[in-house]
Amino acid sequence: MEGQELTEQETALYDRQIRLWGADAQRRLRKSHILVYGMTGTVAEFCKNIVLAGVHSVTLVDERVVTEESLSANFLILPDENLYHGKTLAELCCDSLKEFNPMVHVAAEKGDILTFGVEFFEKFDAVILSCCSLRKKKWINQKCRKLSKPVAFYTVECRGSCGEIFVDLQDYKYSKLKRLDETIECRIEYPSFEEAISVPWRALPRRVSKLYFAMRVIEQFEYVEGRDPGQTIIDDLPGILKLRKELCETNSLNESQIADALLERLVRDTTEYPPICAIIGGILGQEVIKAISGKGDPLKNFFLFDAMDGKGLIEDISGPSGGSGAGFD
Amino acid sequence: MASEEQLSAIKRAKVLMVGAGGIGCELLKTLALSGFQDIHIIDMDTIEVSNLNRQFLFRQCHVGQSKAKVARDAVLRFRPNISITPYHANVKESRFNVDFFKEFDVVLNGLDNLDARRHVNRLCLAADVPLVESGTTGFLGQVTVHLKGKTECYECQPKPAPKTYPVCTITSTPSKFVHCIVWAKDLLFAKLFGDKNQENDLNVRSSDTGNSSEHSEDVFECRKDEDIEQYGRRIYDHVFGHNIEVALSNEETWKNRNKPRPIYSKDVLHVKMTKENGDTEKDCATGDVSAMASLSLKNPQDIWSLAENSRVFLEALRLFFSKRGKEIGNLTFDKDDQLAVEFVTAAANIRASSFGIPLHSLFEAKGIAGNIVHAVATTNAIIAGLIVIEAIKVLKKDNNNYRMTYCLEHPSRKLLLMPVEPYEPNKSCYVCSETPLSLEVNTRHSKLRDFVEKIVKGKLGMNFPVIMKGASILYEVGEDLEDDMVAIYAANLEKALSELPSPVTSGTVLTVEDLQQEFSCSINIKHREEFDEEKEPDGMVLSGWVEAPVDKDNNKPNGNGESTSNALPTEEILEGEKDVEIQETSGGTETVAGKKRKLSEVDESRNQKKPEKLDLDDEDDELVISDDWESLTKKKRV
Ligand SMILES: [Zn+2]
Repeated sequence: MEGQELTEQETALYDRQIRLWGADAQRRLRKSHILVYGMTGTVAEFCKNIVLAGVHSVTLVDERVVTEESLSANFLILPDENLYHGKTLAELCCDSLKEFNPMVHVAAEKGDILTFGVEFFEKFDAVILSCCSLRKKKWINQKCRKLSKPVAFYTVECRGSCGEIFVDLQDYKYSKLKRLDETIECRIEYPSFEEAISVPWRALPRRVSKLYFAMRVIEQFEYVEGRDPGQTIIDDLPGILKLRKELCETNSLNESQIADALLERLVRDTTEYPPICAIIGGILGQEVIKAISGKGDPLKNFFLFDAMDGKGLIEDISGPSGGSGAGFD
Repeated sequence: MASEEQLSAIKRAKVLMVGAGGIGCELLKTLALSGFQDIHIIDMDTIEVSNLNRQFLFRQCHVGQSKAKVARDAVLRFRPNISITPYHANVKESRFNVDFFKEFDVVLNGLDNLDARRHVNRLCLAADVPLVESGTTGFLGQVTVHLKGKTECYECQPKPAPKTYPVCTITSTPSKFVHCIVWAKDLLFAKLFGDKNQENDLNVRSSDTGNSSEHSEDVFECRKDEDIEQYGRRIYDHVFGHNIEVALSNEETWKNRNKPRPIYSKDVLHVKMTKENGDTEKDCATGDVSAMASLSLKNPQDIWSLAENSRVFLEALRLFFSKRGKEIGNLTFDKDDQLAVEFVTAAANIRASSFGIPLHSLFEAKGIAGNIVHAVATTNAIIAGLIVIEAIKVLKKDNNNYRMTYCLEHPSRKLLLMPVEPYEPNKSCYVCSETPLSLEVNTRHSKLRDFVEKIVKGKLGMNFPVIMKGASILYEVGEDLEDDMVAIYAANLEKALSELPSPVTSGTVLTVEDLQQEFSCSINIKHREEFDEEKEPDGMVLSGWVEAPVDKDNNKPNGNGESTSNALPTEEILEGEKDVEIQETSGGTETVAGKKRKLSEVDESRNQKKPEKLDLDDEDDELVISDDWESLTKKKRV
């Protein structure tokens, strides 16, 4: 499959993007397999992007059934109850996604992702998690890191006007075109999700986005309270402010660094906001395409966006050991 | 985020989208999901296969149908209870007048050309409706907000001019592949298959040294005693052999240049090509004939050898004459015409080979010749999300929080999405302020027609102009004019400015108005006797009108002439690989200072520099002017 030339049909369909990333990258995309867990609106955006780009396959996992909330930002689920009968979110999204590009295989996988073994994860080149508990993120990230081949790992969350992407490409090597025909080999080492979020806050540069800290507080709150992701209400605010105090004390960070107003926004409005889904799903799509095609500098390792100030920021949360950033062979 | 107040503002809003392409599809989806209930969408285009990689509302079975209509139907599937009104039409049509624009709370642009953007900008100013403007090219994109009197209008900043190349670079001294493409497309292709009455520089430079021009005129006519194969070979030998020999005879030209090598068909193709039964075949539809197919060349990404290019050249020429004979004399280059692309690729490559320029694949040549801009769904989706965020601010009249946002490929100070406060209006903008323009022109020689074509239409972008001197109308375009007036205006067009019934001379102030755009401006006329043919080819100079400098040497050609859009390769600008001249805007709110720097300087201090204007889009983009970040931030903010 790899060495195979693109067909006439592929060249015609992908013309505008081949002009952007080249035929080699398109060939690499064509043989890649993507696993997606959690069919949120953001993930629907991501899936649309990656299916259009022309990957080999996309496998969807989400055992939930349709609720009003799952419809709110997800254009893959049509508002027709007759379609829902006995179908999971993954199956419903799968039906719509297939239409976007007949050359891509889209499938829904049944079962609890925590019971899936090595042989399942090994089929994929990239794994994307959304709407996922802290425990699940860590568990699947570790599973991916133990595979015999490198798998690109991402988590993505959108709450109200904010969105966050985490990237773990493990030990990532790629070549970069520098001036005309000269290429340089680049290597980036990524910390795991657990390592990244364990980096003491005081060890981070002072100008790290406050949204990063706020997201960790919420994540930790949901974990200790045993909530599903996104299941907080405004009444939780006092508990969350208390947890902020504890975490800031442990990390020697001034509490005022994580504004009450920001936490309140994240707690009050947990639903996805479609423009943010489009933005975060777009950035995530681009990152996965980069990692698979080996073209372009991948982001390391958090991307944070807040519509309030309009900034889309990259933060490198690696700690002193893994903070080497890009190096050259 | 979605407060009650915000939600009701969204539900009440009536929005106009212009463009249902790359950005348009994403935008319509995001608007619908965000709760918008009354969306009108204008797009004149129909769906093509190469749209399907990113315009996700369209499928293979929709190819050929109206983008606006198919997009509407696709979005209604997941949001059946909202109202989407499609118009399969050109936004410049007269029904989309100021009254039409006034019906909307906000206008959102997802356009692909400068011309339509300028038109919408003027209508929004005239109707006093906020405009959110956008563009993408590759991984880069931008969103801006334009509110009359509060922020700059779309035309407050200079726009890049279409690229042009000096005639002699194209006819005699090409140094880049793009020069060969322009030669093959605009000269050779036009000469052989286009309108015979069009001026054509193909032979000018090479023949003025030797042969009489009369003789060279005949060369391109098929003689009675030759078949198509012989004719093709004769043309081949003439343009790649003879003309090069003639050029070589001018020693002066080659003192500091590498000499080109004449190429004759007999040296490249030893055997006579086997003739297929071409003569007996009937003319058939465009696109069905292909020289690649008849020569069994499959991969458009392959770079053909000189011999292969020569075969494609002769075969494409044969196919044009044998199968598309009826079109000859009326053809213009079209990037979607396979045979035309094959011919131009082959001709450009043979010429490149003559001049020692690296050859290119058909895929690459098509991109250059057709001015094709790379485009991908992800950037369009991001930009659409940003447009909706700004549109909602506009509806909430959240005046202090408008942002223009750049989507970057490489982060700058950790930012991948970079918000910038909008600028206040440029006080000397001829579109949104009432600053008069001035025109230097030879009032005794220049005709009213020159003024209308080059200035009023060409530079000011008007479609239905009225030209007045005081109360007397010199010229007017419109559907409901009396016959006698039409005759008078037609006669006026052919008159020199100073000989018009109401003479235009030095000191005259003309008022030029576009009735549809409800836009008018004054032009002070100054007589000037002489103009530099090379530097001032229009024979008139308009000032007070801002235009970006033309970069002389870039690897993208001039477009097909259908729009003033222009495609600087963004990547190269940001990487600073080419010696592109860029323009720096001055710190104040005055007009653009003509200070230029070489890009390499910008590159060295890249961390401080930001792209200033990504003025692009998705099919035919326009481009990026880098700017000094410090001076940019010093500009007055709203
Ligand atoms: Zn203006």
